[in-house]
Amino acid sequence: MTKEIQTILDKYGSDKTRLMDILWDVQLEYDYISDESVASLAEGLNMSIFDVRETSTFYHFFINAPLGKHTIYLVDSVISRMQGFDSIYDVLEKEIGCTFNNVDATGEFRLALTNCAGVSDQEPAMLIDQVVFTRLTPEKVASIIKQLKQGKSAEDIVNINQSSKDTIAYIHNNVDANIQKGGPVFFKQNRDYEKLLRDSFDRFPDEIIEEVIRSNIRGRGGAGFPSGLKWRLGRDAVGETKYIICNADEGEPGTFKDRVLLMKSPKDILIGMILGGYAVGSPFGIIYLRAEYWYIKAFLEKQIQDFRDKGYLGKNILGSTFDFDIRIQMGAGSYVCGDETALIESCEGKRGTPRVKPPYPIQQGYLGMPTIVNNVETFAAISRIIEKGGDWFASMGTEDSTGTRLLSVSGDCSSPGIYEIEWGIQLNEVLEMVGAEKPKAVQISGPSGECASVKKDGARTICYSDLSCNGSFMIFDETRDILGIVHEFMKFFVDESCGICIPCRAGNVDLLNKVERVKEGKACQKDLEDFKSWGALLKGTSRCGLGTTSPNPILTTMEKFPEIYQEKLVEEKGPLLPSFDIEKAKAAHTEMYKQLMEVAK
Amino acid sequence: MTIKLTIDGIEIPANQGEKLIDVAADHGIYIPRLCYTRGKPCLGTCRVCSVKVNGNIMPSCTVTVRKDMDVIVHSEPEVVDMRKSLVEFLFSEGNHNCPSCEKSGRCELQSTGYEVDMMVSRFPYRFTPRKVDHASKPIWLERDRCIFCQRCVTFIRDKESGQKIFSIKGRGTKSRIEIDVELANKMSPEQAREASNICPVGCIIDKTQGYDKVIGARKFDIKSIKDRALERSK
Repeated sequence: MTKEIQTILDKYGSDKTRLMDILWDVQLEYDYISDESVASLAEGLNMSIFDVRETSTFYHFFINAPLGKHTIYLVDSVISRMQGFDSIYDVLEKEIGCTFNNVDATGEFRLALTNCAGVSDQEPAMLIDQVVFTRLTPEKVASIIKQLKQGKSAEDIVNINQSSKDTIAYIHNNVDANIQKGGPVFFKQNRDYEKLLRDSFDRFPDEIIEEVIRSNIRGRGGAGFPSGLKWRLGRDAVGETKYIICNADEGEPGTFKDRVLLMKSPKDILIGMILGGYAVGSPFGIIYLRAEYWYIKAFLEKQIQDFRDKGYLGKNILGSTFDFDIRIQMGAGSYVCGDETALIESCEGKRGTPRVKPPYPIQQGYLGMPTIVNNVETFAAISRIIEKGGDWFASMGTEDSTGTRLLSVSGDCSSPGIYEIEWGIQLNEVLEMVGAEKPKAVQISGPSGECASVKKDGARTICYSDLSCNGSFMIFDETRDILGIVHEFMKFFVDESCGICIPCRAGNVDLLNKVERVKEGKACQKDLEDFKSWGALLKGTSRCGLGTTSPNPILTTMEKFPEIYQEKLVEEKGPLLPSFDIEKAKAAHTEMYKQLMEVAK
Repeated sequence: MTIKLTIDGIEIPANQGEKLIDVAADHGIYIPRLCYTRGKPCLGTCRVCSVKVNGNIMPSCTVTVRKDMDVIVHSEPEVVDMRKSLVEFLFSEGNHNCPSCEKSGRCELQSTGYEVDMMVSRFPYRFTPRKVDHASKPIWLERDRCIFCQRCVTFIRDKESGQKIFSIKGRGTKSRIEIDVELANKMSPEQAREASNICPVGCIIDKTQGYDKVIGARKFDIKSIKDRALERSK
């Protein structure tokens, strides 16, 4: 065992539930996770070698073989493909001197693609060594690569004014906040956190929960579970200890509002978590931060430390008997970890596979203890609910969707960015507000949500009972190829399926292949019927939200834009499917026969 | 405490806390399954035991019976067809060649295929090449047949250290089953046999066991997987 590996193991007390952190440290030390490193880790953690590899091979950003010192991850999302992805792709290949998914001749650089990285309002973008470069142009890329090749680090290149890594200025060198419209709940400046905490600790935990229940706030991650009820169940749950987890995995393509909250109101989030800890009786919180947001980590740690220094975190907070502290858990690239039970598995150092439910996290979550998992936005909103009152919050929005929420707007509009909207706003109103000209479709809630037709759905309202929205709001105008977008979304789901259950693992591949068949003009009516029945199968039988929503891009566009499918169909003639190319099959047969004859000779 | 629930319109008594899949079997209603084993923790990977509970599709191995639960196993053709589809998925995803497989006749996937009346998979066969691994002393690992049920990963551990002998590498459609050769070589003949026996397909083959019984006189040739599931619960 090398000294470095021993140091890393010691840092985490050789605790295998911290395997994610351990693997990250190993990768940052050696550029990749080698077989030798894994053997040492396995020995130090009492795991089999392949058990360590179960985790390290699950995540997109863990590198398990020597693949260059620096990987350049170009963001591949439908939005980036609308905004210059192709030209950036080409210029990267030219400047680096190798094709994608390969390492250049010097062994320094690798080119790879990555799914939506939470910067849809500033595409095209690329991630290199824990920083992000946004609003790329071919010229900008050429300049960045030139500097990299001169030996400058990605961090130094992005950090134009040499800001300290734990400052907001440093993050701004990576990415803009782009808040287009504020509102009553979020991004408030100069809040008196100490007063809020002191006032809260003067109340009973049950009163805090009552306030959240009165606000009627529903979880902002997308599922919309009433947060007050979750806290109530958390308080009532029996366990040796309890945990509060903030889901900052923001993986749904098209959403980036959690990133902006982490940048602009990190302390609102921390306060929400502390109040959660006080309300349910938990001494410890974890922020699960997606690896794509690594450039926020130092800043966030600084905010946590500030709170410790002020006595808002730690032992006996503000002289009370309440203890609470927070750590950051880095993800490593996995969409499915947005599912709360997959996220908990990941926090425990394992593959991010969703658990069988029940038991729910509220009963047995992190390390088997009752655990509250809430979204970043939920915690930030709750910090305001406790300050201003549940009734204040409930007075906004609609009956079933109270308060306001943040929209991450991207795509074909003049002002993409963050908008705080009151629930109940019409789709058309949002489109007008963001300057969308000739919009045709809006992908609400990302690929897992629904594709709305502006013509048919313009008057519908954004709320849980109508157009439910998790924050992702991608606009496509009349020039966009909807079928191409569906294709990208299905590729995304195939890529991100964890593989634990058969309908999602196999079904998404079959759906993707069929979408390709439609695109190629080789599908017939029967294929569309298969979409419906196979889609229902995935929705009904998959283990988690990924498989139960992954047919949505197909099913919702078939409903809203049937013509894009119909015009591609061909008629069935004879007993063979139109997708079956008999000439090709015959040629393959002849070829194989020839080869056999060669062997026979 | 005894409660009552309804399965396919018939009222059935059950003890609170029991699993739906077991309660059904105890009353002569067979629900196919490929990852669940009675008495062991539920794995929830194959989804083949999916039924409708109060209007929602869910795997019956994960459902604890409750008072007045309304369950549909056979009375809606869509529900029956969903289970069949899931079995078909498994056949088209892997490479399953029953006539040339040592497990034929004692393979749970094969016999479940018969039980759900499968003739051919409605999904396109993939024919994905998968590497076999014969490196360990006691086990042939025929990856072509793996259905990722996770039984071996969860239940077969090194006796001394508790470490995983079998594990999954990669994710999604690129997942593959791995065997730790060093740990596998430490397995006792009994444990290797156990690993082979709990594998619902012919992926884990005990090297000492091969063709010990003629096909036609094997476990499920003599008594179907359904009859065995129902018999065990009586």
